[in-house]
Amino acid sequence: MTVFIIRRLLQSLLVLIVVSVLVFVGVYAIGNPADILIPPDATQSEREAAIVALGLDRPLVVQYGVFLANAVRGDLGRSFVFNQPTIQLILQRMPATLELAFFALFISVFVGIPLGMLAGYYANTTFDRSVMTGSILGFSVPTFWMGMMLIMIFAVLLGWLPSTGRGETGEILGVKTSLATWNGIRHLILPAISLSLFKTSLVIRLTRAGMRETLPMDFVKFARAKGLKKNRIIFVHVFKNILIPIVTVVGMELGSLIAFGVVTETIFAWPGMGKLLIDSIYRLDRPVVVAWLMIVVMMFIVINLLVDLSYSLIDPRIRLQDVKA
Amino acid sequence: MTEMLQTVIVPSEKKPVRKENLFWQVLTGVVESKAALVGLIVCVVILLLAVFAPWVVPQDPYNLATLNILDSRLPPGSKGFSGGTYWLGTDGQGRDMISAMIYGLRTSLGVGLLSGVFAIVVGTTLGLLAAYRGGWVDAFIMRWVDLMLGFPAILVALILLAILGQGVDKVVLALVIVQWAFYARTVRGTALAERSKEYVEAARCLALGHRRILFRHLLPNCMPPIIVIAAVRVASAISAEATLSFLGLGVPITKPSLGLLIANGYKYLLSGSYWISFFPGFLLMVTIFSINIVGDRLREVLNPRLQEIKVSD
Amino acid sequence: MNCAKETLVVEDLKTHFFTRMGVVKAVEGVTFHVDAGEVLGIAGESGSGKTVTAFSILKLVDPPGRIIGGKILFKGRDLLQADEESLRDLRGNRIAMIFQDPMMTLNPVLRIDTQMIETVLAHEKVSRRSAFERAREALGQVGIPSPEERLKAYPHQFSGGMRQRVAIATALLHKPDLVIADEPTTALDVTIQGQILYEMQKLCRETGTALIWITHDLAVIGGLADRVCIMYAGRVVESGPVDDVLDHPMHPYTRGLIGSVPSHNRRGQPLAQIPGMPPSLLHPPQGCTFRPRCGRALAMCETSPGMNRLPDGRELRCFNPHGLES
Repeated sequence: MTVFIIRRLLQSLLVLIVVSVLVFVGVYAIGNPADILIPPDATQSEREAAIVALGLDRPLVVQYGVFLANAVRGDLGRSFVFNQPTIQLILQRMPATLELAFFALFISVFVGIPLGMLAGYYANTTFDRSVMTGSILGFSVPTFWMGMMLIMIFAVLLGWLPSTGRGETGEILGVKTSLATWNGIRHLILPAISLSLFKTSLVIRLTRAGMRETLPMDFVKFARAKGLKKNRIIFVHVFKNILIPIVTVVGMELGSLIAFGVVTETIFAWPGMGKLLIDSIYRLDRPVVVAWLMIVVMMFIVINLLVDLSYSLIDPRIRLQDVKA
Repeated sequence: MTEMLQTVIVPSEKKPVRKENLFWQVLTGVVESKAALVGLIVCVVILLLAVFAPWVVPQDPYNLATLNILDSRLPPGSKGFSGGTYWLGTDGQGRDMISAMIYGLRTSLGVGLLSGVFAIVVGTTLGLLAAYRGGWVDAFIMRWVDLMLGFPAILVALILLAILGQGVDKVVLALVIVQWAFYARTVRGTALAERSKEYVEAARCLALGHRRILFRHLLPNCMPPIIVIAAVRVASAISAEATLSFLGLGVPITKPSLGLLIANGYKYLLSGSYWISFFPGFLLMVTIFSINIVGDRLREVLNPRLQEIKVSD
Repeated sequence: MNCAKETLVVEDLKTHFFTRMGVVKAVEGVTFHVDAGEVLGIAGESGSGKTVTAFSILKLVDPPGRIIGGKILFKGRDLLQADEESLRDLRGNRIAMIFQDPMMTLNPVLRIDTQMIETVLAHEKVSRRSAFERAREALGQVGIPSPEERLKAYPHQFSGGMRQRVAIATALLHKPDLVIADEPTTALDVTIQGQILYEMQKLCRETGTALIWITHDLAVIGGLADRVCIMYAGRVVESGPVDDVLDHPMHPYTRGLIGSVPSHNRRGQPLAQIPGMPPSLLHPPQGCTFRPRCGRALAMCETSPGMNRLPDGRELRCFNPHGLES
């Protein structure tokens, strides 16, 4: 088990380094680094001074070294617009993004899995077919349009829920989050639904496929032959078996929640990391873009590692032998 | 001389799939499902609309001379200044929604299909190469595939376009870069399975050139999985382009896609002129939905039949 | 009918599968009985309907299959009329089943103790502790060493033979009146097979449990069973006391089966085979289902033979059987 963890950590480190090289090449070698890092309204002499100060006149390899050294120390540049360290900016906005992502994940799991299990159990009935078609619709609707339509119906026409922005925050377990207040939750509902639609559809389909694969298996028949109650068979025997592929994909798709979060945050004017990215792209605040990339890549790596770990927790066949990762 | 030998030696039940046979089997399978049939019809209609756009639209949305600013933001069904009816209303510049939408459809479909085709070419080539050569070529290509697939396509495309700037060609490029890996991985998997089959060994024994083995023998049998994922991938490419254009990073204003039209309507949303965003979005949704329904049916048809199709001649 | 003695009576059972390609008549009129403490062997090739018969007894036949006729009397009570809840109560409790493939009958992601304890708890309200004790005892009875540790393990950590012993132990947890074993030793080594057979026999003698042992291996039946039913294409073609049937087979199919076992031939002689293939159950042949392959077929075999009861307890479905000579 520990060998497994160490191996994965090393792999993750490798990926991180590769991506850092790619980002570096993208920013410093292809694009004009001066344009990216120096505010566009600087005068010529200011530019020249900045170029020397930033070390842009030194060989590329040295620049990469400096970049890495700074990154390790936690310095990923300063924002042009806010004149703050980029890391600070991003971390400030992370809680908002995370609570949106988790709420969306919550919806997709607690709506998707039950629906998928029902559809798989009552396969080929009208209910099943409707759920399946509905799920195709779910991942066909463009996220941003969905968000807009939700605002239109529930905020503009019906006036039930607020249209944009984050609500009031309170504290849960010492963390400031808008899940703590009813006002905050009201603001979270529409964006979370919009964000979760795609994932919920995927979860429904996955769960149904898992049910269809697992129900005809011999151990289910044996469980029935033992005289077990139907509920126990489905919720213990079958459920634990289908959980494995679901966890894998849910974990992998967590990244897409953050990706589509960018779009949803823009529509709902949600003050998270995603909106910061888009705004920074528009405002040509490129140090923020670079820093954002590095942080998000780190997050993906951590998420993948956690998913792998939990995967081995659920499936004892993997836990109890050394896995070739 | 080699031709004669080929017809004698290669066992007939292992000959590669003929394209016509595959097509008809697939088509009949798809139309068996009512939902897929409807989806297919919608796809064809949409395709025709996009291709024949200039002849179909009531008004050329990009000819500024025909636009009248007094007609702007008219709700659906209103009568225009010059007498015609705007069935779906007009946008902020007085453009007829229907015309704008059909032209937008053209761009959306065009970008989606074009990037899909290129991605298939690049991905299939690399996938075949990886499977056929094996060794470090395979490992190298697959590591790139893993890397590409590990990150959400939207994000990668977003960043790429932020660096590259706007333009239809750049959008297509970005979409190709995020899509090729899906095809490469699938093709490599199928090609690996096929590689160990007898007809490939037979072809090798006859010392047929590598390129010939790859393209005339391996490739046709890799087609079914490619078709299956192509439908879903093209749908997702169209969706991705819409998202990117909505964010202002995609196609330029001169060639708006449905995504950009939706973006244009965003600012009018809160004030009640919902139709400027609603209708283009609805059309986009219908397009993607139809492609996905057909794609889903294709998957059902092609997967269990994969074995059958190979045996028939 | 003597209800006290006959644990299970199956009368004219018919189970058909309604597939897109037609109706597959998997079990077409099967009749047999098992008494308390008796071992009944059911022998036949794959596709003869043995497994479907077993599942039918427990009413575990899944669509597109359906039991369409007959009676299944368990201790006098017709199971085909019983409701689902009563059946659930009987399964694993009074009637237990052991499946063929030990790899798949245990859920790979649950521990052995979980899977055994739940069987106990499904039919009796006892504490988990005492259910655990029962499981441990049962494992010990089937010859699994250090059962305490084994209980905490997962199925994939066991060998095939061990897994099958766990399945047997699970089946015996409630000391059922009837155990149906469907080819339980086919997937195992010969030595393990021998051990398990011995243990099963011992347990049945001691507890008076009726046992139905389904297999295609006649040698096993010879060593284990009291009586045997030979099945072919969904019907019983011959049945009777095991020594009688195996030493003096009368139905041409039984004779062919026994004759085709290699040890019966002298070395160097070509192996005897029953010519032809088992019939398609979608379109079974007219009349006697064995007729196309039978060397003794007569004109009257084009009508279906009924079951003849012979004085010595033998039953035979044939118009032209071999005599009692060997």
